[in-house]
Amino acid sequence: MKHFDVIVVGGGHAGSDAAHAAARMGAQTALVTFSRETIGVMSCNPAIGGLGKGHLVREVDAMGGVMGLVADQAGIQFRLLNRRKGPAVQGPRAQADRKLYRQAMQRTLAATPHLTIIEAEVVDLLENAQGVRLGDGTELSAAAVILTTGTFLNGVIHIGDQCRPAGRMGDCPSIPLAERLYRFDLPMGRLKTGTPPRLDGTTINWDILDRQPGDDVPVMFSFLNRKPLVRQIDCGITDTNERTHEIIRNNLEKSAMYGGFIEGVGPRYCPSIEDKVVRFADKASHQVFLEPEGLDDSTVYPNGISTSLPVDVQESYVRSIRGLEDVRIVQPGYAVEYDYVDPRALMPTLALKEIPALFLAGQINGTTGYEEAAAQGVVAGLNAAARALSRDPVIFSRSEAYIGVMIDDLVTRGVTEPYRMFTSRAEFRLSLRADNADQRLTPKAIALDCVDDTRRRSFLTKMDQLAGAKAELERIQLSPQDAGKVGIAVSADGVRRSGFTLLSFPGVDFATLAPLNPRLSQVDPEIQEQVARDALYATYLDRQQTDIDAMRRDEAILIPADLDYEAVVGLSHELKTKLKRARPASIAAASKLEGMTPAAVTLILARLRQARKAASA
Amino acid sequence: MDTIFAPATARGKAGVAVIRISGPLAWDAVSSLTGEVPAPRQAVLRILKDGEDALDQALVLVFEKGASFTGERVAELQVHGAPATVAAVLQCIGRLPGLRLAEPGEFTRRALENGKLDLAEVEGLADLLDAETEAQRKQALRVLSGAIGARTEEWRRHLIRAAALIEATIDFADEDVPVDVTPEVLSLIVGTADSLRAEISRYGIAERIRDGFEVAIVGQPNAGKSTLLNALAGREAAITSEHAGTTRDVIEVRMDLNGLPVTILDTAGLRATNDPVESIGIARAVDRARKADLRVFLLEEDQVPLLLPLEDDLVVWGKADQRLKSGLAVSGKTGQGVDRLVAEISRVLSTRASGGGVIIRERHRRALFDAEQALESAKDLLCAGAEAELAAEWLRRAVRSLDSLVGRVDVEDLLGEIFASFCIGK
Repeated sequence: MKHFDVIVVGGGHAGSDAAHAAARMGAQTALVTFSRETIGVMSCNPAIGGLGKGHLVREVDAMGGVMGLVADQAGIQFRLLNRRKGPAVQGPRAQADRKLYRQAMQRTLAATPHLTIIEAEVVDLLENAQGVRLGDGTELSAAAVILTTGTFLNGVIHIGDQCRPAGRMGDCPSIPLAERLYRFDLPMGRLKTGTPPRLDGTTINWDILDRQPGDDVPVMFSFLNRKPLVRQIDCGITDTNERTHEIIRNNLEKSAMYGGFIEGVGPRYCPSIEDKVVRFADKASHQVFLEPEGLDDSTVYPNGISTSLPVDVQESYVRSIRGLEDVRIVQPGYAVEYDYVDPRALMPTLALKEIPALFLAGQINGTTGYEEAAAQGVVAGLNAAARALSRDPVIFSRSEAYIGVMIDDLVTRGVTEPYRMFTSRAEFRLSLRADNADQRLTPKAIALDCVDDTRRRSFLTKMDQLAGAKAELERIQLSPQDAGKVGIAVSADGVRRSGFTLLSFPGVDFATLAPLNPRLSQVDPEIQEQVARDALYATYLDRQQTDIDAMRRDEAILIPADLDYEAVVGLSHELKTKLKRARPASIAAASKLEGMTPAAVTLILARLRQARKAASA
Repeated sequence: MDTIFAPATARGKAGVAVIRISGPLAWDAVSSLTGEVPAPRQAVLRILKDGEDALDQALVLVFEKGASFTGERVAELQVHGAPATVAAVLQCIGRLPGLRLAEPGEFTRRALENGKLDLAEVEGLADLLDAETEAQRKQALRVLSGAIGARTEEWRRHLIRAAALIEATIDFADEDVPVDVTPEVLSLIVGTADSLRAEISRYGIAERIRDGFEVAIVGQPNAGKSTLLNALAGREAAITSEHAGTTRDVIEVRMDLNGLPVTILDTAGLRATNDPVESIGIARAVDRARKADLRVFLLEEDQVPLLLPLEDDLVVWGKADQRLKSGLAVSGKTGQGVDRLVAEISRVLSTRASGGGVIIRERHRRALFDAEQALESAKDLLCAGAEAELAAEWLRRAVRSLDSLVGRVDVEDLLGEIFASFCIGK
């Protein structure tokens, strides 16, 4: 039987980054997919990044992952969202050419050392997830298996009152593998998500529509890239109107969702057009972004009108929209409903508590979005490899990465709707920025030895430059009077401030300070900008450090999965039940359980100490 | 690591109360209260000072890191057990940067983490904490089922709304959300901050019900203030004479007015003077009168008070025996009008007493105070047009401060508000 260290099932966004991460760790890795051609397919909207999501892509990149590099190769319109706000809440986003993205991902994975791509259907898992069985009966053994199979569990597609089983359009779901998973008796839930109809761009009246161009100075995803590789394009903007809404209102009972055909819970942040019209009845129009799917592809993704209405209704409401009067629908919109595994069944490594060799990543865990999937892929890939190679687990803290925020949210809180990242989910938002993802995570990646030499060298050079620039700034120490002399208004409190501190004052930049230390003008402009971003939040970060330390301390105290909560004297029955069910991995996770008190945490700590003492005696 | 502090003895009147401080800044706290740090493990008698003001005389004891109950640097202050004294010392410590009130069980938890408890102690601890949890639960239940629960809910709702408005412009910048949310956010922040301040001031009233109200008699020299005090007290508490300016210090008489504990303050007469000793007395009188819960202005006809009466303050005409007056008029000499004045004072104080007391712990006051300060910072940043995420950070902090009153507020509340208010999802 052929053996791999890690087998990844599925070649979507979670699978691609999972396989690449495992291979980067030096694990012999197999990626098993129906078809090589489906690797890197963007099944929903043709865009990568955004707020919170762009942060995740940067973090994947900082760990040496592939999503950012591939998105940069396929990007046809780059925009940095929230440009007018502070850097902590700016998120890189790009429209991607579907075909270029797919091709770049396939090229990248094909060229990855230690990674084998196998075209086959996985129909079953071997005992204890120590491998997989393929459609032709072949068995592959492995130390760890990662399932990244998206919405294949009991997936149902709805268009109006029509429904049929499916993953996404055109893919056949793997029934036997799903049956195996159901037999594990894991906690499950049901979710739904929708897509808009795809339009033929040659039938859109672009001339009368508003245009949304990309940024003049595009910001890339990867820390290794500086500018786009292909031609850049504009998106179009139009909006729905009273007539559109009337058509939708008149046909609501035909909608899969409103007709009562769907039981799954949809995301609140991505409502269908039916939902928008019903819930926000006072709004006379809703914006629709017309996003081209590629440079040589005329298909257009109308972002903002996802639907599960019957095809004829879709046609009539779409044609009521300005610029779309004669539009042709290439593929109707649909809602897809699917089961997910309650992620509270997972450990922070994304391995199942019950089956430690089986890892889950992506939509199967109740998340949505390519970026969320890729970030989970990285976590599962690194940890599956760590397991296979007998190395320590790779855990991300909420205080160091959005990846950590997401994994912690999933494994401790579970989900009630498809989970999407937002910057507001990160309590340490000011320090977890897209611009410093490399400073936060690349040292961790270097320590794991999962980045290549190019990235290592470029990162170390940048860190040297940053340290040099900060040292030059620290040489400037100004009293309030001195600061006033160079035009910086500072309250007359007698406190001497360094150049670095002064950089956070409104209107102060390197040029303001250069007369005080001429070497500042020799600092590379990009390094100048990065130092200024670091300086802006410095005072807040000092204050946050106490909170961060407290959280890290609690995260570092691990609770063994077999801790006997019944033996903890003084815990209420209710808490014992909750703890037994949740089996939190650390004191930090335990303290997040509803109803936990500081005193109860102390009791658990006492129990842990007792166990340690007993073990060492 | 934070430095934490809390009373280590049970609350309530007692001869001695022990306040324990643990963490890296424990000794710094002692040094800032007493001006020095004594040798470890040696009890010394020191005056605790809040700046220039003496708070109490206390036995001070410090322990080195590794050789204390928690394993950290520890200081213990044995102060006099009066609740007001303990509260004053706790407040003063709480104002030091880097120090905060300990959570229930936190000292023990630190002791555990630092390996300062042995197995037998660990086993004994469970019972102790169980008791603590029960007390905490009862307290939380009482507080939460009462007025503070409702009021905190309202603050929380407003702050979550304000935070949601800001977060919507941050997280959904590319969506169809309102661009300028500042006016609504500001009005929510300012309204909540005002309400928090009002609540904090009512904390004082809960304290007053326990420790007594202060009523200051204010007036020009020789207006008959001391005579009135004596009439109220029924004894010669203040020296009275016909010579203006006799009372140069503040004289306090504690009495029971219709069931409310009240301390009547007789202050120096207020007038412009060149006498340095008298002017010190006047400054002190003005200060004390301002801080009192209620002022009784004793005026003669056509006089304008030097200190402006606040709402609820009583203005009475003095020496009613010498002239006929309409309105509230008293004579300390004959006792005329004194009963009516007593009735008026108790009416005002009873009204206040019934309106106060929803926050009952220094921990609550601290939480409201921190929230209020955070809101002020958020407001300043918004007004200055600074980055939205900075104001959001302070709002978050304000909400977190209120957390300790009502339990955790999490991002789901915020997202819920955003999704309910705006059509998100292009």
